[in-house]
Amino acid sequence: MSLLRIENLDVRHGQLQAVRGISLEVKEGETLALVGANGAGKTTLLRAIAGAHRPAGGRVLLEGADVTAVPAYRRVGLGIALVPEGRRLFAGMTVEENLLVARANGRAGPWDIERVLDAFPMLRPRFKAKAGSLSGGEQQATAIGRALVTNPRVLLLDEVSLGLAPIAVDRVYECLGNLITGGATVVLVEQDLGRAMRVATRVACMLEGRVVLEGAAAEMTREQITAAYFGLNRSTEGRVEGGNAQGQPA
Amino acid sequence: MNGRAGLSIQRWTPLSAASVAVLAVLGVALAFGPLFLGANAVDRLTTLFIYIILAAMWNALAGYGGLVSVGQQAFFGIGAYAAIRLSSFGVPVYLALLLGAVFAGLVALALSSFALRLRGGEFAIGMWVIAELFHLLVNLDRLIQGETGTSLIALNSFAPEARRDYNYWLALASMAALLVLMFSLLRGRLGSSVQAIRDSEDAAASLGVRVLAAKRILFVVAGAGCGLAGTLYLATSISFQPATYFGVQWTAYMIFMALVGGLGTFEGPIIGAVVFFVMESVFGASGVWYLVGLGATAVVFALYLPRGLWGTVEERFGVRLLPVGYRVRQGESAADSPR
Amino acid sequence: MIWVNQIIQGVMLGGYYALIACGLSFMFGVMRIINLAHGDLAILAGYLVWAVVDRSGMSPFLALGIVLPLMGALGWLMQRFMLERSLRSGMLVPLLTTFGLAIVIQNLLFLQFGADTRSLAPAIGDLAFDSWSVGGNIYIGHLAGLTLLVAVLMLGGLQLLLGRTPLGRSIRAVAEDPDTAELIGINARSVYAAAAAIAVMTVAVGGAFLGMRATFGPYAGPAQLIFAFEAVVIGGLGSMWGTLAGGIVLGVAQNVGAQIAPNGFLIAGHAVFLAVLAVRLASGDLRRRLRALLGKPA
Repeated sequence: MSLLRIENLDVRHGQLQAVRGISLEVKEGETLALVGANGAGKTTLLRAIAGAHRPAGGRVLLEGADVTAVPAYRRVGLGIALVPEGRRLFAGMTVEENLLVARANGRAGPWDIERVLDAFPMLRPRFKAKAGSLSGGEQQATAIGRALVTNPRVLLLDEVSLGLAPIAVDRVYECLGNLITGGATVVLVEQDLGRAMRVATRVACMLEGRVVLEGAAAEMTREQITAAYFGLNRSTEGRVEGGNAQGQPA
Repeated sequence: MNGRAGLSIQRWTPLSAASVAVLAVLGVALAFGPLFLGANAVDRLTTLFIYIILAAMWNALAGYGGLVSVGQQAFFGIGAYAAIRLSSFGVPVYLALLLGAVFAGLVALALSSFALRLRGGEFAIGMWVIAELFHLLVNLDRLIQGETGTSLIALNSFAPEARRDYNYWLALASMAALLVLMFSLLRGRLGSSVQAIRDSEDAAASLGVRVLAAKRILFVVAGAGCGLAGTLYLATSISFQPATYFGVQWTAYMIFMALVGGLGTFEGPIIGAVVFFVMESVFGASGVWYLVGLGATAVVFALYLPRGLWGTVEERFGVRLLPVGYRVRQGESAADSPR
Repeated sequence: MIWVNQIIQGVMLGGYYALIACGLSFMFGVMRIINLAHGDLAILAGYLVWAVVDRSGMSPFLALGIVLPLMGALGWLMQRFMLERSLRSGMLVPLLTTFGLAIVIQNLLFLQFGADTRSLAPAIGDLAFDSWSVGGNIYIGHLAGLTLLVAVLMLGGLQLLLGRTPLGRSIRAVAEDPDTAELIGINARSVYAAAAAIAVMTVAVGGAFLGMRATFGPYAGPAQLIFAFEAVVIGGLGSMWGTLAGGIVLGVAQNVGAQIAPNGFLIAGHAVFLAVLAVRLASGDLRRRLRALLGKPA
């Protein structure tokens, strides 16, 4: 059963078309990795799903319901949470306050502050510290925790490894891995192809606003993805299994 | 992307050449005004010229420099005060009026290092506080007699008709000079600096644009210009009450004119001044309701038409009458650089 | 001794300035806009309280209780329909919008109430005159003391609101990053509107106290705005308790100035304001130069 569905989404940045007629589907419990070069439109797509960016055309459906016109803050209540690129924590507020304010404005559910601290134990000693004073890894953990505490049905993650030391990325992905094995539905934008492939069930590669390759992670080779990433095989934009180049179901 | 080779930068278009010619002719025609127009018309036009100066100066600061000042009345008043003081020392009265403006410009220069480091609301109200302080300090001068004020008595040595004509010509010449000055400044390096600063101050600074120097020029010109408007107003009304000259209503008028006409355009303040002038002539007698209308109009324009009348026309129709910007021509196509 | 008295009176006056200024400081802290109609809103509240008192004969404090929700609603409307649009248009538009609003309010007040000055002092009886003797010929007015107390309570209340309550956290989140706040479920527009309502209610209290301690006319707003702004800037933009400190410095400067020269009251206040700004700019420069000299990163 598809939890999140995007139909023919067109998103513009002023005059520039960042996302061109993309259709994607994410089933419950799936982890979709969105890869692609800078400027391919991945962040814009995530933001459009989260409601932070109004699409020029197309639809976003959550469990079959059309949420395209729903503003971002209400989508949180419906179960879509975005961990934005660059973390974007409230630097003047403590870790506790960052989590509290999200908890107060999110959905009810199993995730609460205590559970976030269990998932990211490195935050416990920094609980009362100002978010601006945290290390990169701690900030990323807080940002993910902040999204989790709203009890999302779909978790969107934008470049969580960006700007972090490899060891910090390891820790973040370790926690993410636990989340995913727990059954979470995740859409993950990631520059680090290796890590993305390891956690994802499906992969979609974007280039210049379109999906040029899509399919199950297990079936894809690095060569295929690299080719799609750099647009080397324009004529053979294709699929790996099921569905067509635009990701429509077979 | 080929065809004709080469890019050419065009500063003049047929339309802008025609516009400048029309303005020049208009200017010359106006110079003969007192010969054909009645006393009342000459007076009214003098007032209009003063309004145009004020609008152009506030636009120079806010529209081009991004500096919103709620205290330009500081220079309006200090210029007039300086004229009175100089006249009391025996300086010939019309020279005193001009020197008053120069004094205002010097005051602006002296303040510039301090004032221009203030940002946003700090600058806006900081200038207002400076205006209030000038008001209070001027009151201390015995010559002014506190809020009672005094008059520029030396003007009485001229017959009213002669005085009216001299004021008219002085106002016309001042307005023309200031507009020409702004025009040439904007066509020069200042124009590009200002454009860059408007788009992104930090980026401009990192490219070597001398941000502070550009703003300083605008600030000093605006100070001298408002001072000149003040001395011209003194010439027409003869009397000087500090509360009138240092009142914040002058800023209100300037904001209205520049905003309604079109901030950041050259033609805008002129149009805004004309609109203000007409509104004052028609509704001024309604007293307080007129002021409510002014305020409400400013709010509506700020919210819904922030580019003002001329700015909206420019944007909608791509018209530009005066050649302050650049046009890049490549073969047949012409792409405008933003103004 | 006379200097000590002036300083003490200045401190008490500072309490009034803090009261009038805390709404301005709050709005700036949350939305980064300076509401040029701030003073006029205080005067509007003063007139409303006066009108209620005039018609019903009740105490101004009770009347204030009626006027507060009205002013809160006005602040909410002002934010939703005027300031909200200005928020994303840069700095120019909010200044222009609020300046236009100020002119509208002043002149509508004139049209409604005329040019005569009003006062709430007659309605509070002895409170306007009674004072405590603090020895050495120094007196502290009951009203002045109450004003200072209310200012401290108000500032403390705002600090508490911001620091400990869910609304306060939402406000701080939105103040820092409205886009990200939306991503965690906060309706930024509602939060801004609530903050504006709170700010306008505080300024209404200030207006009422102005009416009790002095007279006011329809055009008295701008003067109050300038005092409020000076207090906020002297104390440091964005700091609530700084506003109290700023108000006190301003009040003391003004009273000391009045003692020095007959016209010294206002001049001293403006001069101290400009001096504080100048020193702050210069010390910022100095710090930067020192850092450069010592080879530290900026």
